Amino acid sequence: MSSAVTGTSGAAPPRPAYWPRPGGAALGRGLVTAYLSIIVLLPIAALIAQSTDGGWSAFWSAISSPEAVYSLKLTLIASLIVVAINVFAGTIIAWVLVRDNFPGKSALNAVIDLPFALPTVVAGITLLALYGPSSPIGVHAAFTKAAVVMALAFVTLPFVVRAVQPVLMELDTEMEEAAASLGAGPFTTFRRIILPSLLPAILAGSALAFARAIGEFGSLVLFSGLIAFKTEVMSGLIFQQIGNGNETGAAAQSVVLLAIALVVLLVFGRLTKWSLRHAG
Amino acid sequence: MLANGRASRWGLRTFALGYLAMLLLIPLGMIFYRAFEHGVGAAFDSVTTPDALHAFYLTIVVTVIAVPFNTVFGVGCALLLVRTNFRGKALINAIIDLPFAISPVVIGLSLLLVYSETGWFGDWLNANGIQVIFALPGIVLATIFVTLPFVVREVVPVLHEIGDEQEQAAQTLGANWWQTFWRITLPAIRWGVGYGVVIGTARALGEFGAVAVVSGRIAGQTQTATIWISEAFSRYDYTGAYFGAVVLAVLAVAALLAMNVFKRKEAA
Repeated sequence: MSSAVTGTSGAAPPRPAYWPRPGGAALGRGLVTAYLSIIVLLPIAALIAQSTDGGWSAFWSAISSPEAVYSLKLTLIASLIVVAINVFAGTIIAWVLVRDNFPGKSALNAVIDLPFALPTVVAGITLLALYGPSSPIGVHAAFTKAAVVMALAFVTLPFVVRAVQPVLMELDTEMEEAAASLGAGPFTTFRRIILPSLLPAILAGSALAFARAIGEFGSLVLFSGLIAFKTEVMSGLIFQQIGNGNETGAAAQSVVLLAIALVVLLVFGRLTKWSLRHAG
Repeated sequence: MLANGRASRWGLRTFALGYLAMLLLIPLGMIFYRAFEHGVGAAFDSVTTPDALHAFYLTIVVTVIAVPFNTVFGVGCALLLVRTNFRGKALINAIIDLPFAISPVVIGLSLLLVYSETGWFGDWLNANGIQVIFALPGIVLATIFVTLPFVVREVVPVLHEIGDEQEQAAQTLGANWWQTFWRITLPAIRWGVGYGVVIGTARALGEFGAVAVVSGRIAGQTQTATIWISEAFSRYDYTGAYFGAVVLAVLAVAALLAMNVFKRKEAA
């Protein structure tokens, strides 16, 4: 960077258009830091501090109680299933939106983002209306583990679709045509030509979907019932612990949930970069 | 290519449409049916009770406070991140994305631990007669936390894209930073800001988990619309719950339409 400056020694160094005086930028940084501290950092610090309030043994017993272990297992397994569903269905939906043509396609494209805009409670009620106790089609999924998976699939729908779609739009069809003309079947073409290009996007979308799924609460309250040892996911257990006044236990479980989300985002971020390098 | 075969094209289309219909569209249509199952009058009566009206009113108040805060913060923070260099930039970037990685319930608990009577600032808040938790400020804080990233994340890529040549030119011609921002930068980023504001508003109207923890959920006082809907369902007032859900769903669809308009304007 410094060599670039010496290279243009004759000309005036480019100055930033904003906050030309250092004082203004410092004030801006101070305000941003203060805002983030009040809203995000102090609360997270308090959460971590509270989780260790009763010492290591209290932390460990909060996260190793049978109910906590059950909830964590259910959360992780349901989230993994939902990610798998999203990878499969999301890629197909993205494909249909990019390569297929039919009346109403642009409306369908807009609908994909609906789960981002729809309140989570409404998502839960929406599923209850069709799959609840008075289901008009006779499917009674409410208050079962299937309800957990369905609710999570509902709220995470856009992630993989919206990650894969732009990559698919840019993808050159020449390679696919070449592969086909050389005798590759549609499955081989997909696996050898298309999938490697889509993999980084699929991984990135999956990471976001997983992080969202393990923390989900609103859509599960009514539809899954959050029943202990049946449909109670981690966020449900934490909510119940807060209600019981067990803030230390709830904080310990929260820290575990937060750590898992951050590790997953980090690992998937690395994987995405790795697969981008190897996408060719 | 995969879909060039007529059969596979139809197969994929049927799967995609079927998946979206069963998961999203038919259930969404069903809440309209359920809300008006017992007549429009019954539906209307159920959401015009004082508690219901107060809940929707509170949701609007919270949104009207939280969204401008995050909009001003979002634009300022994006300018700092894109147009200046400083140490700790990567850290600020990471912190802004944190709300995406944290469960709303955990967000609520975190705020409780700082701002409740027994929290870190409890004594000071008590001494000054300020109630945050189980009151409006707590609900606003929770909503701001949850919707923090939206404006920043929409504006940062737009700022990168427009570059700073015009801003430089304006400053060379003697504009101060406010004139530069107001005349050059803001018009260029307005659709990005609009998109972030709309998605942030939609999220603020619909926040549940974090607000459920910090609000105390007192009917007629600290119940927001989403909490009222879930409580209505719990006391078997299905018509009310479904009609409340319909109201919020219509707002979400309106937000979606606005987002599409902004996205197209931005691309143009």
